[in-house]
Amino acid sequence: MTAPILVFGWGNPARGDDALGPLFVERIEALKLPDIDCLTDFQLQVEHALDLAGRQLVLFVDASLATEPPFTLNPVAPARNTHFSSHALSPEAVLQVYAELHDQEPPATFQLAIRGKTFELGSGLSAAARSNLDAACDWAWNWLNTGSCQPFATK
Amino acid sequence: MTDLETAAHPERLRRVAIEPLSRVEGHGKVTLLLDEENRVQQARLHIVEFRGFEKFIEGRPFWEVPVMVQRLCGICPVSHHLAAAKAMDQIVGATLTPTAEKIRRLMHYGQILQSHALHFFHLASPDLLFGFDADAAQRNIVGLVARDPAIVRKGVLLRKFGQEIIRMTAGKRVHGTGAIPGGVNKALAAEERASLLKDIYDMIAWSREAIQLVRQLFERNLVQYRDFGRFDAHVLSLVRADGALDFYDGGLRARRVDGTTLFDHFDTDHYWEAIVEDVKPWSYMKFPFLRMLGSADAGWYRVGPLTRVTQCDFIPTPFAERERQDFLAFAEGAAAHATLGFHWARMIEMLHAAEAIKELLHDDDLVGRDLVTTGSRRERGVGVIEAPRGTLIHHYRVDENDQVIRANLIVSTTHNNQAMNEAIRAVARRYFDGREVTEGLLNHIEVAIRCFDPCLSCATHALGRMPLEIEIIGAGGTALGRATRDSNGRFAHP
Repeated sequence: MTAPILVFGWGNPARGDDALGPLFVERIEALKLPDIDCLTDFQLQVEHALDLAGRQLVLFVDASLATEPPFTLNPVAPARNTHFSSHALSPEAVLQVYAELHDQEPPATFQLAIRGKTFELGSGLSAAARSNLDAACDWAWNWLNTGSCQPFATK
Repeated sequence: MTDLETAAHPERLRRVAIEPLSRVEGHGKVTLLLDEENRVQQARLHIVEFRGFEKFIEGRPFWEVPVMVQRLCGICPVSHHLAAAKAMDQIVGATLTPTAEKIRRLMHYGQILQSHALHFFHLASPDLLFGFDADAAQRNIVGLVARDPAIVRKGVLLRKFGQEIIRMTAGKRVHGTGAIPGGVNKALAAEERASLLKDIYDMIAWSREAIQLVRQLFERNLVQYRDFGRFDAHVLSLVRADGALDFYDGGLRARRVDGTTLFDHFDTDHYWEAIVEDVKPWSYMKFPFLRMLGSADAGWYRVGPLTRVTQCDFIPTPFAERERQDFLAFAEGAAAHATLGFHWARMIEMLHAAEAIKELLHDDDLVGRDLVTTGSRRERGVGVIEAPRGTLIHHYRVDENDQVIRANLIVSTTHNNQAMNEAIRAVARRYFDGREVTEGLLNHIEVAIRCFDPCLSCATHALGRMPLEIEIIGAGGTALGRATRDSNGRFAHP
């Protein structure tokens, strides 16, 4: 059964603050909230357009070097864009692929960008990123507002 | 020294750098050195990749390695998973059971299928169908889906099918644990087998259609496709004992530029007797070469789909073998020697993977119960596979406390380091107009690099970073100009 809300985080857990997306999803998943599916992957890819089918709301979550700390939330609209190697898609491009493949508007989608600092292979989460993650999870608890969960504990 | 790699008087040259920026490792940079007449005198591709990977592994218990190496690369984690597991089979002295080997092969074919589908339908076909000079904002998967949603849908479903095989055999969609030292930790469930069987015939049919699509592109643009980024190279790949194409196991075969055999069925356990890793002062990346040829300049080689398809004796599945023969015969070998022939060869391999998956799904060993074996403990293990992008070597030493004390990885993109340089030089010679770095030149360099499908965008991909930058620096070190391509594909001269 496809849940109406999808929380999808991506990043490499072995590369320091790149783990922010998967860690956020891990905390959401631990709450066992109803009506929410949680997915993670290394990076956003074309087949993830299929994961959006049947959703009412999608929350994409990734680490960011460009966003203001601790995090920003922005709506995402379908758009045609590209990357140098295209080994990963942008959130906008995934929505565009969804729209073209299904010939319909994609579900309402937001991008949660959590500020990261260090991304070296083998390093753990930085203190700044941990603090930003806590803030993002606190916000998410209110935003999702199911009334059945407790505030996130600091990991 | 190879042509155009190092100019005689670089201090007199103008420097053009094309640099894709990414957050951490896995980025590439192209520099072109021009003379006073603005002719390309020197061209180099720098790839900063996999630095520190060996240190990341050393000190870990050996049984953790097949799982943790998946975190080295977000593009091909299954390749590292399987190469490490093969090496650890040797550490535990195991000979795999039929079920274990077939489950691993199924996982590997699933990976080849999904990786090649992604590359062709997502990465390469926009270049090929829209043209190399097309606006980058159009020349991408989203532009393609608007033009031909049926093609994209098939590409997405092929990729999804391969990902499903990985999920079923590895246990999880990401960071699976399927392959373990000495075997696998699960066989295929009956319902999983039935589910895959239901769709496999579509996958075979769509793979055959993809080959015809590439063939038509070659037929329509024969001269351009034959000559684009063309260079001659020695070649290296695994082949099965009977000379067949084999992605999972075999011996090393190397052939010289003229097609003569340098060595055949070379034991991968002693790969270092055949391959030497050279270093160059201008690149972090190593330059492997064939030891028998004496030096990196004389002994560099090419790996990957084009090499595998052209130097195996046959492909052991019927449709793919027929396509291989057509490919070799096409226009008197024009495609088999073309850099763009990588795309055609990749689709033949995708068809072979689909056919091999079908054969395995009809094999009852896939649902067997004999999953793991052990034998006499050893200190050294070497695992070699043909990953989607080419030969992948994992080599470990493990101490009496079961800790990895030495690791050496030679990845596909490293094998192809010099070969990619050669392709870029060929493109630079042909398409640089002698005046400025245009988007057209950048597009053509991108097309050349994409033929090899290198892991330039490795494991991370932060929002808000500029993926491409071009810088022009004069002979005196003064910046003469700069051009960028932002994350939305927009080209600009700030």
